[in-house]
Amino acid sequence: MADHSQQLKEQVLQARNAGHKLNIVGGGTKAFVGRAADPDAGTLSLAEHRGIVDYHPVELVLTVRAGTTLTEIEATLAEEGQILHFEPPHFGDGSTIGGTLACNLSGPGRPWAGSVRDQILGVRLINGKGEHLRFGGQVMKNVAGYDVSRLQAGAMGTLGVMTEISLKVMPRPAATLTLVQDMAMDDVIHYMNSRAAEPKPITAACWHDDKVYLRLSGARSAVEATAEKWTGEVMENGDPFWRQVQDMQHDFFTGGDPLWRFSIGSTAANPVLDGAWLIDWAGSQRWYRGKADTKQMEALAKAAGGQVSLFRGGDRAGEVMHHQPDALKGIQRRVKNSFDPDGIFNPGRLYSWL
Amino acid sequence: MTTKPKVSKAELAEQFRAFIDPDYVITDDETMKPYECDGMSMYCEMPLLVVLPETVEQVQRVMRICNENAVPVVARGAGTGLSAGAMPNKEGVVLSLAKFNRIIHIDPLARSARLQPGVRNLAISEEAAQYGLYYGPDPSSQIACTIGGNVAENSGGVHCLKYGLTVHNILSVEMVTAEGDVVTIGSDGLDSCGMDLLALLTGSEGLLGVVTEVQVKLLPKPEVARVVMAGFDSVQKGGDAVGGIISHGIIPGGLEMMDGHAIIAADDFAQAGYPRDAKALLLCEVDGTEEEVLEHIAEAEEVFRKLGATSVRTSRSEEERALLWKGRKSAFPAVGRISPDYYCMDGTIPRREIANVLTQMEQMSEQFGLRVANVFHAGDGNLHPLILFDANVPGEFERTEAFGSSILELCVKVGGCITGEHGVGVEKVRQMAVQFNDEELQQFHDVKAAFDPAGILNPGKGVPALRFCQEYRSLEHKQHKHDHTEAAHG
Repeated sequence: MADHSQQLKEQVLQARNAGHKLNIVGGGTKAFVGRAADPDAGTLSLAEHRGIVDYHPVELVLTVRAGTTLTEIEATLAEEGQILHFEPPHFGDGSTIGGTLACNLSGPGRPWAGSVRDQILGVRLINGKGEHLRFGGQVMKNVAGYDVSRLQAGAMGTLGVMTEISLKVMPRPAATLTLVQDMAMDDVIHYMNSRAAEPKPITAACWHDDKVYLRLSGARSAVEATAEKWTGEVMENGDPFWRQVQDMQHDFFTGGDPLWRFSIGSTAANPVLDGAWLIDWAGSQRWYRGKADTKQMEALAKAAGGQVSLFRGGDRAGEVMHHQPDALKGIQRRVKNSFDPDGIFNPGRLYSWL
Repeated sequence: MTTKPKVSKAELAEQFRAFIDPDYVITDDETMKPYECDGMSMYCEMPLLVVLPETVEQVQRVMRICNENAVPVVARGAGTGLSAGAMPNKEGVVLSLAKFNRIIHIDPLARSARLQPGVRNLAISEEAAQYGLYYGPDPSSQIACTIGGNVAENSGGVHCLKYGLTVHNILSVEMVTAEGDVVTIGSDGLDSCGMDLLALLTGSEGLLGVVTEVQVKLLPKPEVARVVMAGFDSVQKGGDAVGGIISHGIIPGGLEMMDGHAIIAADDFAQAGYPRDAKALLLCEVDGTEEEVLEHIAEAEEVFRKLGATSVRTSRSEEERALLWKGRKSAFPAVGRISPDYYCMDGTIPRREIANVLTQMEQMSEQFGLRVANVFHAGDGNLHPLILFDANVPGEFERTEAFGSSILELCVKVGGCITGEHGVGVEKVRQMAVQFNDEELQQFHDVKAAFDPAGILNPGKGVPALRFCQEYRSLEHKQHKHDHTEAAHG
């Protein structure tokens, strides 16, 4: 529960002077995400750099050290009736806020509540020159300077060591209820999107195994009135289902087959591939378990207006992210270089070429 | 950053006229005059020339020519910006996107719209209304400002606390780089692989690229919206009520506050029936389903009464709601009536500091001998102090600027920032040195160079050259006792 930023800065400077590389590790629960870590790089651990720096429930703003666990954050917020609106996946007790932001991971409510990136207000970051920098802030609106804070989302630690994160938190909804009904995959895309286009308190929409699940949250009166109006059975206790989807503990996610994530247009027809599917985010996120060819999947994802990535399993030595066009490769290389000119942080973790 | 341009005005115009309708390559002073400033008319500069391409390919060719010849490029939408971000460069080209004004496609089921950058903000919601949808961010200038400019500034509006800023409401942009390449950033999906370049571009004030297409998210129009108006006899109580409503668990669609000066000016102008003796007025809009709004309205009224409201009134009809908003929406022109000129500031502070900052601002108002009226997005802590002055009185604008600087520095000191939604542009480039240290500013310059190695895109805006920062900070130290840099970084 202490501030280790000075030691972290020194470790970065030592690595820089010695020409070493560093793998940044928080709780170590997301080692399976991204490409395999460089075995020749040293470890920069943030597990001890933890603790809540500042929390004002009235401001809806929380500032924490990057190594703080999601469990600790959520327990603190719960005392004030508040939540992390983006429902971060926990891949174990050690999952940290820093890792969650670096991997840009959000739960079932993401299309409505926003992603982890959407809630970020500011970060402190040690760049590859060993400079400890502060970007953004603790206020809702801040357009001074480039949005370096949100740039970190999905960068997988390749731009620097995040030490402190400020983010927006929200009140826990007064009531939550889940509706479930049978539906074939062919019908569900249109159904989920139609429901999402209604001005009702929908906060999650998921399909698996010929069943569609819609979650309603908000004022009790609104949730109950909507449940009455819409079709579907009220689930006796829907929360565990959403928790399993959020943490990838649902049966769909178990087993050894590679897990692919399609992030595509919510209304796009489902890609035709042999294997199993779980559709989340009202169609914007589709999980696929199967052994289809990468090139074929990339073509299908592109046709569906989005991208595909290898989330878990499979070949972690090859590229796991969707192929980037040359102009974007160039920009990302130069952005990386602007933060980490010696290529110290998480080499090859995001792309083989970064 | 930029070196001296390698071509003359005549040569440049000739090159552009080879592929752009010659009528839209403007070189004469009279026709260029309207481009000399944006909404921040105190800052003016005539450009070398103005060009209005109509295809992406033409934009690419303009960029390639300018990049090869080190000619600065200032992209421009409707020119409604309030920080001189679109002020021309005297050796550069103004690249107007005015001809890119088409709504390309609205997809009602996917709740998204593809737009050319010159589409007006309000036009999106007007077109989407037939599907029961609308576009969330609604800056005050929404009748005129364009979506391209909104992306450049990360524009907000009155509904940000609940519905977010531009960055939360876009899916993808197509952009022409400084070197003339076309890239698409983002996708139809919600998250893309890798570092979040879409967030980096949003709010980058035309320094990283020229946006040529934007895909936005659309939201279902709430079934109902109602406004609770509450008057308070002190700014302290008004400020506390802002926190009170939020900590009660209600996230209002809009939560606006006016101080005593603004209440009177706005009520004189709009006859909205505001409590004229109040020192602070809150407008709290609650939107959602019928049931939800009824439930939240009752709670909001109770919270305000408990926190000492001297008057509480809730709209009973759409007409009444519109009337209550009319005062707020016309507050700027209303203040314009009570003063020859006004200067609109844009800082953000933690909500708990509202009363403190307003009180200190009153004291500064006396020190500087200038009146100040406050109209602001209280839910976000985004202040818009309007400093009243007369540009015809020698020295008064300079005094106004000094007052404005002091307000922004106070914002940083209490944990806020120098701009919530208007951008840095030219206007606040000096104050960047108060919010950021040299290493941070250098990091911004390095990010800029990653996109624009030759430094041709909107040079001199957004991020100050480091040598000016030392001067500004040392000047400030002499003028004021407190150390702003420590306040920002301590």
